[in-house]
Amino acid sequence: MKLLRRFFIRLWNLAARRSAGQRLEEEIAEHLAFQAEENMRIGLSPAEARRQAALRLGAAEAIRERHHAEQSLPLIENLLFDLRYAVRMFLRSPGFSFIAIATMALCIGATTAIYSVIDATLLHPLPYPNPDQLIHVEDDLPGIGAQDVGTSIPEWRDLESSGIFQSVAVAGHGADVTLTGGAQPVRLGFKAVTPNYFAVLGVSPQLGRTFDPLDATPGYNLEVVLSDGLWRAEFGADPRIIGKTLRLDNDDYHVVGVMPRGFRDQGSTSNEQNVDIWLGAGYTGLPFPPPQRTLRFRRAIIARLQPGVSIATAQDRIDALVEALKKQYPVEYPPQARWTVRLIPMSESVVGGFSRSLTLLFGAVGLVLLIGCVNVANLLLARASGRSREIAVRQALGAQRTRLIRQLLTEILLLFLLGGIAGFGILFGTQRLLMRLIPESLPHLNAITVGWGVLAFAVSVSVAAGTIFGLAPAWLMSRDDLIGTLRQEGRGSSGSWKRARARQILVIGELGLSVVLMVAAGLLLRSFWDLFKVQPGFNPDRVMAIQTWLPGPNDPSTDVYRTATQESVLVREILRRTRTLPGAEEVAVGDLSSLPLGHGSGALNPIPIIREGFETKQNQAPFIDNSIVSPEYFHLLGMPLERGRLFNDRDLEDTPRVAIINQAAARRFWPGNDPVGKRVHLLPQNSGNRELLNRAPVPWTTIVGVIADARIESLAEAVVPHIYSSVYQRPTKGVVIFLRGQLNPGAIPAQVREQVQSIDPDLPLFHAETLDEVLSDSLSIRRFSIEMVAAFAATALLLAGLGVYGTISYVVNEERREIAIRLALGAQRGNILKMIVRRGLGLAAAGAALGVAGAAIVARLMAGLLYGVSPTDLPTFAGVTLVLTAVALAASYIPALRAMHLDPITTLQSE
Amino acid sequence: MKERPDIQQGTLTLMVLKMLDVLGPQHGWGIARRIEQVSGDILAVKQGTLYPLLLKMEHEGSIASELGTSENNRRARFYRLTAAGRKQLQSEARDWEQTAVIIARFFKAKAGDLM
Repeated sequence: MKLLRRFFIRLWNLAARRSAGQRLEEEIAEHLAFQAEENMRIGLSPAEARRQAALRLGAAEAIRERHHAEQSLPLIENLLFDLRYAVRMFLRSPGFSFIAIATMALCIGATTAIYSVIDATLLHPLPYPNPDQLIHVEDDLPGIGAQDVGTSIPEWRDLESSGIFQSVAVAGHGADVTLTGGAQPVRLGFKAVTPNYFAVLGVSPQLGRTFDPLDATPGYNLEVVLSDGLWRAEFGADPRIIGKTLRLDNDDYHVVGVMPRGFRDQGSTSNEQNVDIWLGAGYTGLPFPPPQRTLRFRRAIIARLQPGVSIATAQDRIDALVEALKKQYPVEYPPQARWTVRLIPMSESVVGGFSRSLTLLFGAVGLVLLIGCVNVANLLLARASGRSREIAVRQALGAQRTRLIRQLLTEILLLFLLGGIAGFGILFGTQRLLMRLIPESLPHLNAITVGWGVLAFAVSVSVAAGTIFGLAPAWLMSRDDLIGTLRQEGRGSSGSWKRARARQILVIGELGLSVVLMVAAGLLLRSFWDLFKVQPGFNPDRVMAIQTWLPGPNDPSTDVYRTATQESVLVREILRRTRTLPGAEEVAVGDLSSLPLGHGSGALNPIPIIREGFETKQNQAPFIDNSIVSPEYFHLLGMPLERGRLFNDRDLEDTPRVAIINQAAARRFWPGNDPVGKRVHLLPQNSGNRELLNRAPVPWTTIVGVIADARIESLAEAVVPHIYSSVYQRPTKGVVIFLRGQLNPGAIPAQVREQVQSIDPDLPLFHAETLDEVLSDSLSIRRFSIEMVAAFAATALLLAGLGVYGTISYVVNEERREIAIRLALGAQRGNILKMIVRRGLGLAAAGAALGVAGAAIVARLMAGLLYGVSPTDLPTFAGVTLVLTAVALAASYIPALRAMHLDPITTLQSE
Repeated sequence: MKERPDIQQGTLTLMVLKMLDVLGPQHGWGIARRIEQVSGDILAVKQGTLYPLLLKMEHEGSIASELGTSENNRRARFYRLTAAGRKQLQSEARDWEQTAVIIARFFKAKAGDLM
């Protein structure tokens, strides 16, 4: 208590120090006057009286100091003093201060920006309570080379009743549904989920309720939960929305709840995360097919672990469960398929492939920060030579070394902190602008905020960087040889020599780091270039795609587009009408997976393929990606036929089923044989596909043609086997209308909408885009990270160049006397130039050697992000070294010129 | 020449308290002079050391001060004892006497008494 009170008294004294000091002065003066008067009374002369009085008082200065030490907090006071001094020093050299603060503002600002993205995605991927308990369940069949094949409903029930989890929920991957009843039919993103879904996530609605976890409706339970976005956009945030009826795909649902603002659904694709509406479903009755163990659905299984159970423990118990089930159902789980179930922490599965790009970016920006710090440390050392006299004088007057270091460190820390806060300020001010640079496909884009956490990060990075990079300069600045410095004004003293060496080491490090960054950027650019140049195998020029969705009511018998024959009427009419639109030369339709590069994982639906004479059962069959297209599709997209024939208008529902495969499928499934004429069973697994409900046995499908490989799925990955069916033989709910020609992208969506809705006014039209856009969007994250890394590399190069320039200038300045003497003795000016430039090149060579070694390691780490380029790509490494040499040459040439034109007489006289 | 003993830390505080108790309000120089008078020439008090102590004691609340006029019409700061100061004086005086008694006993002790 007493200590605390004394502290506060002292703190108060700190603020009111002037008055206390004044009191003491007054008292001493008063005392001296009394004593002098007394002395005069006993007969001393006035001067002697005052002298004696002062003697008896003692050393006034010592008294003041003692009083001061007694009354104040030396640490804080020194800090305040140091800060004041630092500000004065900054103001005295505003150019230096500005450059240093601006460098740090840039570097810390950029680091903080990337951190804010990482904070929202990698660090806080799951905005749910106890996120550690949430896991994703995936099934693999390694025996037939199939990963994440989906889970069947009986297997889900096994998981739910196993006792390993609190609860297990099934969720769709996100699909389209049409809301009718308004002025226009509206396409919504929906997710069918089991009623316990929100209970597993642990999120409550802001209005109403979610589904009852015990609801046992076999099909859809006719209740919907709305997203906050849909509630505001479509229903004007109507507080009485609960209980209202919505017509979705021709069925009536009533609204039971509205999710809170900012609720993010789990999932790794934008389809999965941007959900407008949730439907509760039991997955066992209409419109879902009757559950079978072998009927796997590509749906997400999410589960919440029992509290205190680790994933490893749960995985062990799951493995045991899988073994038991294999024994119990030997027919459904043949040993050669090697069925396994994998538990994955949900946080991992949500961020997915972006984590690598983000880690790369963070690494790159970290290197830039490092280079920036080195640059500032370098500047500080350069300034040290200008201040060595000041420091030596202060040491001569008795300043302690630790006190000096503390003061210099305060100065440096203040510099870094100002830079960090300025960087944060810039980031805060421009966050809206910067957000626009981030591709929309980045998960959790909306969760990125520049708030207190980010500010704390910026400040701690500044302090850490300031301490690490300030200690060495402060140390070196304070260890000057006192006498030598005072005598020679710092020139040639051992301290300055050590500083010069420290600066050279820093510049070499800086050059090395920038080589690492430039190599990384170069490799990424080269692989991106290759991706752009890669022959996609289809021609995206002048092609537009517009989507529609055919309603799929829960009772299939009321579905007007149930069979391919029924749907073909609509398809033919759409094709006939859109062909007449201005500019349209060719038109075609296909299902969602036929849209090149346009699908997240949800739209791709690998299905088991049973080849006649190879497999007999579905659960042994390999998987193949499949699309449903109209006959014109291949010609419109410029995919050439290699063998056999294309679909034609005579391939109908009642004629024998036909299919076309790509070359990859031919190679994989009929190696060395002609696949044309071979027969397969295709077992549809798509939930949007109603064929499953037709109980008739699936007929044989004959392969009639082989088309050339095309990178429909991803530009970056090799072509995978693909099989195409005709839309006149297999119906599809999601329909993409393709148009090629001299189209007006602004007018086409409205024109197509008019034509399609004149056939069926309840069909929504959405997602109109050109294939060029789709293509560039599919590369957006890649392009974003490359642009950022390239920008960082350019910054690094600039900073490194400045570092070389500063160091060589410093060397020239330090040695101007020596150079002048050489010149006076008749040295060739050209030789002086060469001598200086050689130093710069020496630095560059050392830096490049260091950097190439580092880059080789980094390149190997980022091999997964490269495409078509080896991590040890010689041209990239050589090019970067060349660029670095050129920059070092240019940066040392300017000071070298200055050295060359030195006037020996004035230089020697001025010393 | 043998150094005269420096005044003990804390002792000066006690002296100031006692002086103010006996004499009533006093200005700084008066306190300093009286301490010298009472202790004779045995103690060498640099008079200056008194003032930081006075400021400190005032902060701690054992004395208070106000401006007044001295006997020879000089403006001076007069210190007086507060209630807290009086209490402090009593307790410190008691402590001091106790210490003195104990020390005295030790000095009186003969070898025989300690057997």
